[in-house]
Amino acid sequence: MSDSRFLCLEKMTLSYGKNVAVPDMDLDIGKGELVALLGPSGCGKTTTMRAIAGLMEPASGKIVLDGTDITRVPANKRPVGLVFQSYALFPHLNVYENVAFGLKLMGVKGSELDKRVIDGLKTVGLSQYATRKPAELSGGQQQRVSLARSMVMEPKVLLLDEPLSNLDARLRLEMRTELQRVQKESGVTMIFVTHDQVEALAMADRIIVMLDGHIEQIGTPEDIYNHPVSDFVADFVGFENVFERVGNTIKTANGDVAIAGDIDDATKGLAWRPSMVTLGDGPFEGTVRGTSFAGGTREYLLDTPLGQIKAECDASLPAHDFGAVLKFDLPVHKAAQLARTGSL
Amino acid sequence: MSNKLYAPIILLLVLTFLIGPFIIIIAASLSAGETLSFPPQGLSLRWVIKVFEVESFRASFGVSMFLAIGGTIFALILGIPASYALSRYKVPGAETIRTIVSSPIIVPGIIVGLALLRYFVVPFNFGILFALFLAHTALILPYAVRVVSASLTNLRSDIEEAAVLLGCSRVGAFFRVVMPNIRGGILAAFILGFVTSFNQVPVSLFLSGPGVRTLPIDMLSYMEITYDPSVAALSALLAFMSLGIVFLAERFLGFSRYV
Ligand SMILES: Nc1ncnc2c1ncn2[C@@H]1O[C@H](COP(=O)(O)OP(=O)(O)OP(=O)(O)O)[C@@H](O)[C@H]1O
Ligand SMILES: [Mg+2]
Repeated sequence: MSDSRFLCLEKMTLSYGKNVAVPDMDLDIGKGELVALLGPSGCGKTTTMRAIAGLMEPASGKIVLDGTDITRVPANKRPVGLVFQSYALFPHLNVYENVAFGLKLMGVKGSELDKRVIDGLKTVGLSQYATRKPAELSGGQQQRVSLARSMVMEPKVLLLDEPLSNLDARLRLEMRTELQRVQKESGVTMIFVTHDQVEALAMADRIIVMLDGHIEQIGTPEDIYNHPVSDFVADFVGFENVFERVGNTIKTANGDVAIAGDIDDATKGLAWRPSMVTLGDGPFEGTVRGTSFAGGTREYLLDTPLGQIKAECDASLPAHDFGAVLKFDLPVHKAAQLARTGSL
Repeated sequence: MSNKLYAPIILLLVLTFLIGPFIIIIAASLSAGETLSFPPQGLSLRWVIKVFEVESFRASFGVSMFLAIGGTIFALILGIPASYALSRYKVPGAETIRTIVSSPIIVPGIIVGLALLRYFVVPFNFGILFALFLAHTALILPYAVRVVSASLTNLRSDIEEAAVLLGCSRVGAFFRVVMPNIRGGILAAFILGFVTSFNQVPVSLFLSGPGVRTLPIDMLSYMEITYDPSVAALSALLAFMSLGIVFLAERFLGFSRYV
């Protein structure tokens, strides 16, 4: 076992009755990594987490953690923690007792117990709330109790299912840094689910993009952001102009359109962010159908022979009116070259 | 205008109707006269004291207490796991099961009593006390299932998974995180069951036999022979006992939340 294969899913298939939610998943996660599981609703993120935690048994395949096959190890014997989206705190116990719950079951007692619980609460900044009941805490505080409750168990892997989705925008930002800090300080291997790509890009060492039960792409945030491999990932990370490519043409609603530039032979598609579209000059023409001001930039929606194109330019430039006809270009050297298309 | 006038009158009528009998019974039980009458003839505690001297009342009170407490506990032992299964697992025909379990609430007590007598007690030759015990358990079970189910529905099931992930077994999770959180519901079910059983007449009527009677049945037969105010005194005492239980329950549990 090497550190880069700390948690391995091998041909893991997960199903609900006859419905296969996740077919044949292969995945390696390294020790101490902070990994984001990113994907649209219903793609199998929660299902995958539940299988790793042991709340659901794979129909086939293996789960190996730290060199041990844990596929048949029951959930209560796995060194895996899971923080629920709903926090799942025990309403009849106060904060201290919630955090102590698992430790007591492990047989930790007396001053050792006290020390570990207090340390856990300190880590998440909740020492002064020890005697409160969960109902007397804010959402963010409950989230942190839930985090502490799992952390004090010192799991080998900590899973978080949409840890930030129940929080308001400001608290979300705060908890993002908080989670990152806790992870870096403890060195725990952490996988968190999200369907917000900004969150994934900002926090993770590595991102797993899932679609319909399979992994579309795995990579660093830079990889995913700059080099999406498929039209789906491209669209997900903000390449809003995506085309299939055949030879030196791109397929559009109005037939194939020739395009100039070097394209890899293996490239199946081309994608441009709005900011990559050259506006004011080029071989194509489009009519402004909508504009929106986004602070530093201004976005235009253009009706063109290629279909609708989203373009963006500096807001300090003079604005174009609705109905204006603009020249534009889709420069191939800027485009993301996609290895796969057809998943959109 | 007319609404303002009618409302207090209606309220007064309703209150009279609800509380009136209670007041009459208390008054009648404090009578010094020989027969049950209202208004009371003079004031005395002699009939209240008499209640405690009647041998058969003492025996039947014991039977009723045994049925109310034992039957309720047994109904809860059956009802809590049943409610849990109905609320947490996809039991096929859960709705049907729920309807069947709660049918004694729907079916008149006389019919339940007769059916039990005809098809269980007589053919299987059950002892009277055992038959009464089973009948009371069956009567209380619907309340137990309803009230406990209601509090289970309000409890998120993911806390059980959280407990399992922290090292509990499934059964352990039930006792450590489910039971403590439905404690109020269980106590509410206990009180409802106790009161239902204690006041039960029709079913007990069919099943009571020589030497074994519940208190309400005993009071009925006492009245057939003796028409003195001691029955009123006993009723008043029982009413106070129920009031006391409900008051304590409300005080410590917020009982009305569950019923
Ligand atoms: N208990 C269940 N029974 C049957 N099918 C289920 C069950 N839970 C999930 N599924 C199905 O499995 C698939 C994956 O669901 P999952 O909950 O893992 O998605 P998700 O990626 O977590 O979505 P979301 O972002 O909405 O939480 C979906 O198609 C869903 O319909
Ligand atoms: Mg989910």
